[in-house]
Amino acid sequence: MAIDQFIDNEVKSNDVVLFMKGTPQFPMCGFSGQVVQILDYLGVPYKGLNVLDSDDLRNGIKTYSNWPTIPQLYVKGEFVGGCDIIREMFQAGELQSLLKDKGLPVKDSAPA
Amino acid sequence: MAMNANEIEQLIKSGIPDAEITIRDLAGDGDHYAATVIAESFRGKTRVQQHKLVYDALKGQMGGALHALALQTGTPER
Repeated sequence: MAIDQFIDNEVKSNDVVLFMKGTPQFPMCGFSGQVVQILDYLGVPYKGLNVLDSDDLRNGIKTYSNWPTIPQLYVKGEFVGGCDIIREMFQAGELQSLLKDKGLPVKDSAPA
Repeated sequence: MAMNANEIEQLIKSGIPDAEITIRDLAGDGDHYAATVIAESFRGKTRVQQHKLVYDALKGQMGGALHALALQTGTPER
């Protein structure tokens, strides 16, 4: 299967997909790690794909989204953003609203 | 390979002439930067679209010569 088909399939058949360096258990880059922390904090189920496993995937995802960096978060087939955008959206509560609007389970904000 | 803050600012400015740019060298190693880019021309655009405009202005340096550029974009307050 061509890499863009593989990516398209992953993005469309999983509600929340994170293309990252390393795995959710062992992020290999600080930016990927930050997004993992946010998703874990929100308790939303997601699939992590390690771009370090494959150069095809690492380059393919940048072409697929026309976005030059990793991590990249997709929700219901739609590219939401990279690390900076996800962090900003999380801090503003927008990520939580987006996930809820898409019918995904999100833990209500934990006590500070 | 690293870029200096001036080069980054020039590149962004050439792509987004009305941008107000603040760049901080986070680690002092010329390789980890944080940039804030404020531009009137961002108004009405989503964050993804705004970041893409900055990446376009950087002409492929992002993810290449420039490993780490934490990016924050926005529009001037009216």
